[in-house]
Amino acid sequence: MAWETVIGLEVHVQLLTKSKIFSGASIRYGAEPNTQACIIDLAMPGVLPVMNKEAARMAVKFGLAVGAEINHRSIFARKNYFYPDLPKGYQISQYELPIVGKGSLTIAVNDKEKVIGITRAHLEEDAGKSLHEDFHGMTGIDLNRAGTPLLEIVSEPDMRSAQEAVAYLKKLHELVRYLEICDGNMQEGSFRCDANVSVRPKGQKEFGTRAELKNINSFRFIEKAIEYEVERQIDVIESGGQVVQETRLYDSVKDVTRSMRSKEEANDYRYFPDPDLPPMELDQSFIEAVARSLPELPDAKRRRFINDYQLSDYDAGVLTASREMAQYFETVVSESGVEAKIAANWVAGELLAYLNKDAVDIKDSPVTAGMLSGLLKRIKDNTISGKIAKDVLDAMWKGEGDADVIIDKKGLKQITDSASIEPIIDEVLANSPSQVAQYKAGQEKLFGYFVGQVMKASKGKANPAQVNQILKKKLGA
Amino acid sequence: MVICALQASTRPDGFMSLDRDDVIKIAHLARLELSEQELDVYTQSLSRILGLIEQMNAVDTTGIVPMAHPRDVSLRLREDSITETDQREKYQAIAPAVEAGLYLVPRVIE
Repeated sequence: MAWETVIGLEVHVQLLTKSKIFSGASIRYGAEPNTQACIIDLAMPGVLPVMNKEAARMAVKFGLAVGAEINHRSIFARKNYFYPDLPKGYQISQYELPIVGKGSLTIAVNDKEKVIGITRAHLEEDAGKSLHEDFHGMTGIDLNRAGTPLLEIVSEPDMRSAQEAVAYLKKLHELVRYLEICDGNMQEGSFRCDANVSVRPKGQKEFGTRAELKNINSFRFIEKAIEYEVERQIDVIESGGQVVQETRLYDSVKDVTRSMRSKEEANDYRYFPDPDLPPMELDQSFIEAVARSLPELPDAKRRRFINDYQLSDYDAGVLTASREMAQYFETVVSESGVEAKIAANWVAGELLAYLNKDAVDIKDSPVTAGMLSGLLKRIKDNTISGKIAKDVLDAMWKGEGDADVIIDKKGLKQITDSASIEPIIDEVLANSPSQVAQYKAGQEKLFGYFVGQVMKASKGKANPAQVNQILKKKLGA
Repeated sequence: MVICALQASTRPDGFMSLDRDDVIKIAHLARLELSEQELDVYTQSLSRILGLIEQMNAVDTTGIVPMAHPRDVSLRLREDSITETDQREKYQAIAPAVEAGLYLVPRVIE
């Protein structure tokens, strides 16, 4: 039987505020345990939560970027459950009226565009961390993360393959970083994904029973986890069984998913409006101010790069993968004065190869946009050839200084003076009498051989256009 | 709202009511230990509350925005700044068990 996969995703995005959502404690990652857990985060009796305005602003920013309805009035609710890293016994979240309503995100898989619906996005607080290493038979609790602001973004069950799910996640990941509302660090848990996966016979309208895959922390694992889970569910059904609605964890070492919670403790969160927090009302001027602060979004930037710079879809995609990359490229174009296509080749080709090889982020590149511009200027004004420029880039990457310093120090300046090029050519021709004879007998493709010899003799410094010109003259005579 | 935790049954007279199993379940979710006698008391008193809610449900509330908070105020928003300093030593002085900066609790098994 042919099966269809149905996937809906819930993504928890950690917001890039300074302080927690309901307290003035820092959310900095990596602090000593419990040094950033204040009395509100510890749920001491009598404390009251006070909402962080920046978290609301960031949620609205996201909502506007995905064309969603912004709820001027939203409500915080208590989600009740017991776990030691949740000292209050409830998580403050949003239930009936979230801050962000229906929106959408357009993804592309194999060059086909598809709109994925976003059901809602709501604000909530993160829980602390449980450390299960043995502390004399006890569990250690670090509450530094408790109260960190999260935006939970819930998609419609619109995805039909693991590839679509990954495309959606990458798009979302790119977007929240563009908006500067999340650092996107998946290892540190700033961007976490839960996937609801089910299968149904192709053509059937009703959804199958779904399993929830929890907290998968890389794009690659998400794809593998979904693929495994789809296979598992099909196997269960085809062997006459039934898929059970449950939470499953992905084991990346064994590449399997396994059941995490039994049904007995079925989610029963008994949500109710938090009496400590009256409804959050955001007026039109607040929302308009956020709208004005929106940066150019990735899709718009990509279109502009294609139209204004005549870049290919591929180059435009690479160069707009992050705001920093796009900024770098645009700086190089304007500072170097070279054609956009050439700047694109250097940034998306040569430089990116170095960045990838040494796993360096573009914002930490040892070759700044100013330095690369300096190099491209020297190609443009014929000081060096494109080939020599690659050696200069290599030296710049190794920290040997900027382009002019390296060109000068290594004597790489291109020879553009005919009086200096001619003797080199004469010598090459004198040393290759048989090739000259063959060329003159009609073997014109030997021309390339002479150019190569001259470039070699000049250590790549002779200006290729001039070499061509002088060679032609001399061989034609 | 408690209602969503239950499969509350409707009695022939139209009133919703709870049985002992419902109360045992709610008590467990709230981590409350109730004696046999208390179970009877709570089964009756919680059912009476549901009865009251039934009475309120009879009122026509078409067009009325549900109330999320009894006071007619909206949420105060604070600026995003770090105002809390590290007071771990003081907080942990009253904790039953701590080690390496962590609060220790009875072992949790996933």
